[in-house]
Amino acid sequence: MAEQAHDEARLRVEGLKIAFGPAVVQRDLSFSVRPGSIFAVMGESGCGKSTVLKAMIGLIQPTAGRRLVDGEDYDAAAPERRRDIGRSFGVLFQNGALWSSLTVAENVALPLQMFTSLSPEAIEALARLKLALVGLAPAGDRMPSDLSGGMRKRAGLARALALDPRILFLDEPSAGLDPITAKRMDDLILELRDGLGATIVIVSHELPSLFAICDDGVFLDAATHSAIAHGAPKDLRDQCDDPTVRAFMTRTLPTQPVEESASHGDR
Amino acid sequence: MADPAAAVAVPPTWRIEAQGADRFLDLFGDWLSPALDADRAMVSKLATGLGSEGAATLRADGLGRWDSGLVVFLMQLRVALKGGFTLDEAGLPKPLQRLIHLADAALTSQAAPVQPRVEGRLTRFGQIAIDCGEEAAAVAEMLGATLLSGAAALRGRAQTRLVDLINLMRDAGAGALAIVAVVNLLVGGILAFVGAVQLRRFGAEIFVANLVGVAVVREMAAIMTAIVLAGRTGGAYAAEIAAMQGAEEIDALEALGVSIQDYLILPRVAALTAMTPLLYLYGCAFGLLGGLLVAVAVLDLSATSFIHQLTASVNANQFWIGLSKSAVFGLLVALAGCRFGLRAGRSASDVGQAATGAVVAGIVAVIAVDAVFAICANALGI
Repeated sequence: MAEQAHDEARLRVEGLKIAFGPAVVQRDLSFSVRPGSIFAVMGESGCGKSTVLKAMIGLIQPTAGRRLVDGEDYDAAAPERRRDIGRSFGVLFQNGALWSSLTVAENVALPLQMFTSLSPEAIEALARLKLALVGLAPAGDRMPSDLSGGMRKRAGLARALALDPRILFLDEPSAGLDPITAKRMDDLILELRDGLGATIVIVSHELPSLFAICDDGVFLDAATHSAIAHGAPKDLRDQCDDPTVRAFMTRTLPTQPVEESASHGDR
Repeated sequence: MADPAAAVAVPPTWRIEAQGADRFLDLFGDWLSPALDADRAMVSKLATGLGSEGAATLRADGLGRWDSGLVVFLMQLRVALKGGFTLDEAGLPKPLQRLIHLADAALTSQAAPVQPRVEGRLTRFGQIAIDCGEEAAAVAEMLGATLLSGAAALRGRAQTRLVDLINLMRDAGAGALAIVAVVNLLVGGILAFVGAVQLRRFGAEIFVANLVGVAVVREMAAIMTAIVLAGRTGGAYAAEIAAMQGAEEIDALEALGVSIQDYLILPRVAALTAMTPLLYLYGCAFGLLGGLLVAVAVLDLSATSFIHQLTASVNANQFWIGLSKSAVFGLLVALAGCRFGLRAGRSASDVGQAATGAVVAGIVAVIAVDAVFAICANALGI
């Protein structure tokens, strides 16, 4: 089988095109995520990072292209198989997306109740463990509305960990957090990667986090609607020649206005 | 870690081995949550096997797959050994050690959980009474504040936008035309049916017009319209304001110095108070039409004689009663909607609760106030 050749990649995207009607978000997107790596999806606001993430987890149907999970074609799989593949994903949404009518512990327990046949005691113990892993053990009985922004993200992370995912998708895990909390979040992500052996895909534009934890990545361009650079954020900062990527990575204004580069067309 | 491709799990087993003075605990097989959950006595069996005192080194050379169930298991094992026994975890896989370490750090710093306070029946009853009193005071305050800001608005000194008021009036008024027509037409028809069956026994079929006329104009049109609006508009107000509460939109308005009273409550209360009497008149027309249709179809009365009898039996006073009632009903429904929306919490289920509460309170208030109207009208002899 052709898929066997890509076995070394946990997640692989080939020629992905995402469009809503005539509005193209991204086209010709190809990259692969190695097992155990922390992969960054970078780009300016509005370039479609979160949309690409949603396409990767199957919430959005791409217009063209293939998504391969462990070499298996996600798009060709039957709906039941897709659900099984999706169950090995853990997703942290931008604002935590906690279910507001459930306590924090119930939020973490719900995926276990839905998708495992474990006893209530085991589910409770596992939920408590997941909360302990993100440092939220004492907050299990609180409602999401009582949590601070940082706690909400950590609770969302605990919920993403509930089913021992093989791939963790984190949408802006440290955005909106203070530097200390953001650093703790970075450390936690590294610890969890090493502890759980999970592969992590991060959507972010927080430069310190990107440099600190990511070892691979892709840079999406809003103007050309395609990927313009591949590699670890650090390498992109030091070596990439593209003015947009350089400007992004060094937090400077691009030498050539972004708006203009759009009219120049293909890069 | 766990590879789902390998379908069959090897059941988890262990062996306690003594080599000289050292004791070793070897783990074999796949230590996955489902298997560990299936045999919950494993923790205590292993703890008994190890004894209550001493030390052992964990070895994981034969360990297959594992997931966080194993972490939970080891934490529980430590609790079961009650501290008299030390387990050396250095032989476990590094990732597993990291997870245990991460969970440990959080659990040791954990504060004692807060015990929920158990309240007696009397305390709860008292609390309900206090809440009711506070709620009544809050609604009265809201009514007063609305009247005040309404007066200010008439002098052009309120932060109420005319465009909001017009949109709300269109939603509450024109948007409800179809449902109000259908409900009142059916109620008028039903009244005529019920009356027809009874009056036919006395040969007094023509008095169906009196019955339908008085019942529809005085009571049914006002009540049915108000109930429809409580479900349709009052619930929507509560849900909308509660959702705004959840999205911090209310906070944003207040931070800007915009009066919630003027900007949100007044236009809603004014729109519904103005529209309900109009819808009442419209509902009357359809209620009477429903009665007429049934009378003509079932009782063989002519339309002319029905209308003649109707005009003789229903005087202007009946309309005034209905009109003033429906204005009050509209006011109550709008106030209930706004009040339940404003006091809602910030979660998704709070929005649902606010809408339900507003509809129920609106309907109950409408019927209760209608009873008061009936008593007053009786005392005044109208």
